[in-house]
Amino acid sequence: MNRRVFAIALGIAICLLPLVSNAYWTDVCVSIGIYALLALSLNVILGQAGIFHMGHAAFFAVGAYVTGVCNTIQHIPILWLMPVSGLAAAVFAYLVARPIIHLRGDYLLVVTIGIVEIVRIALLNDLFGLTGGSNGTFGIARPEFLGFRIVKGIHFYYLVWGMVGATLLLFHGLWRSRFGRALNCIKEDDIASECCGIDVSGYKLAAFVLGAFWAGMAGTVYAAKMTTIAPESFNFMESVIVFAVVILSGGSQLGVLVSTFLFIGLPELLREFASARMLLFGLAMMGMMIWRPQGLLPPLARRYGGGLKSAAPDAMKDGPP
Amino acid sequence: MEQFFQQLLNGLAVGGIYALVALGYTMVYGVLKLINFAHGDLFTIGAYLGLTLLISCNIAGMLPPAAAVLAVFVMVGCLVAILGVILERAAYRPLRDAGRLSAVVSALGASIFFQNAIMLIYGARYYVYPDFLRPNFTVHLLGVAVPGVRLLVIGTSVGLMLLLWAFIHRTRIGAAVRAVAIDPDAARLMGINVDAVISLVFLVGPALGGVAGLMVGIYYGQVDFTMGWMYGLKAFTAAILGGIGNIPGAMLGGMLLGLLESLSAAYVAMAWKDAIAFLVLILILIARPTGILGERTAEKL
Repeated sequence: MNRRVFAIALGIAICLLPLVSNAYWTDVCVSIGIYALLALSLNVILGQAGIFHMGHAAFFAVGAYVTGVCNTIQHIPILWLMPVSGLAAAVFAYLVARPIIHLRGDYLLVVTIGIVEIVRIALLNDLFGLTGGSNGTFGIARPEFLGFRIVKGIHFYYLVWGMVGATLLLFHGLWRSRFGRALNCIKEDDIASECCGIDVSGYKLAAFVLGAFWAGMAGTVYAAKMTTIAPESFNFMESVIVFAVVILSGGSQLGVLVSTFLFIGLPELLREFASARMLLFGLAMMGMMIWRPQGLLPPLARRYGGGLKSAAPDAMKDGPP
Repeated sequence: MEQFFQQLLNGLAVGGIYALVALGYTMVYGVLKLINFAHGDLFTIGAYLGLTLLISCNIAGMLPPAAAVLAVFVMVGCLVAILGVILERAAYRPLRDAGRLSAVVSALGASIFFQNAIMLIYGARYYVYPDFLRPNFTVHLLGVAVPGVRLLVIGTSVGLMLLLWAFIHRTRIGAAVRAVAIDPDAARLMGINVDAVISLVFLVGPALGGVAGLMVGIYYGQVDFTMGWMYGLKAFTAAILGGIGNIPGAMLGGMLLGLLESLSAAYVAMAWKDAIAFLVLILILIARPTGILGERTAEKL
């Protein structure tokens, strides 16, 4: 219950924040929001299904580049490109994950690192002559919604955090469904799940595709916010940061938000230690694993039971947030 | 044809370096089932320590050239080995009984920590390696002029690999390492001090990795603080290529990867050589996940 109060307070604070902060902090919060979207999408794959996936920047890059290339060459409006980018990232994820999904944990980790590096090198070498090589793609238009142009930081703030809110609600429903239970079961023990009749490869693949779709949409927002995208923004370190945020969060959605604020937002506050920022990040990763391996806010245990009433939705209101 | 021979020897030199680093990965994976992500950064530390010893401590000025080379190699090996043991004590031992993911995350944290520590100490720029350790003779081999440094790198890595192979397969301590890799619990019941074996692995692996870093500095004449990441990933690829946990496999995998990379850089496309290496890794894992020589780790359900 405390968590619920905390979540509501956090939500209200996020809604009111841009009214009291200056343009700089609003901008910082926009990038925190984009990271939060990415982390929530990786949480589907890593947090809920327990798949060691460290190449999330690859899907993010596919989304951002599809947006960038389609917008600068075909002049398709940004918001139309959002589902297109998501779909492109999802198809890409399906194609690369299909042959490797059965690999065991740490091998999969290395393969996904390989994928993110191959994507970066492909972008750097100006694949198909579309991506602009190391300079990247620039001149991406601002999104427009019913004649309203989203330009200022505060507009992006509400766009991004609106998406985060929608994502939270959607995924919250998902975790309470059959799909969420299957993923959690696979995370605990995939051999036992297979024996229970769960289509392990199918569900893992579905988690991959869903996470990639969301990462692709986050890529659209990123491209629209930055107006310039370059291969170096999608390097392996980005993947590691998002991976670490999800691991340290413990896997609950509230945890993901809190750890995004802690690990992306806090370093902005400590600007004077900017150069030591990643050093502290590394130390935090080691320390957390030693002293709090379950993460900041692990999901609460699922509760079933309550007889016939268990079919009613509110019987599971203490389920994973 | 001459270009082909040069690329072949270059591939063997680079492959030898990959193999030395891969040995560290494969030995740690063998006993702990852990991908030691920080290994690549220990390799970088080896390169930077060599730089400090050569420039600030002026080893080369105090000793005759051959002795200086040997002294720097030994000192770098020992210092990085000590760091490796400290790393295991601080970051991995407390997680011995935790899940495998915890240890992997801790290893990643250690990697980020080391990389940024090097950056804070030495600064975020690349360094030119002093070239007075670089042998400046050339050898004519079958009508091809081979730079001495290439032979030095190939010779050192092959020599160290043979030494390690003999240590693991011909001594009692080596037998203990192999026993722990097969089954730590049974090994403990047989009276083997498993903790000591793990410490030993974290002594030998990083020492080889650190020496490899030093050799990269001498071979390419340039180091930067992020280089360990790419070398680490390539070396891990090499370890999987040969079959992870398998010591001769890591040597073979490293050599093959080095050859593949230098030949593809010469005949396919320079810009894509890293991508080709990763593609090979992915294809190997899909087609034959146990590697060429087979995996030597016990898999339990």
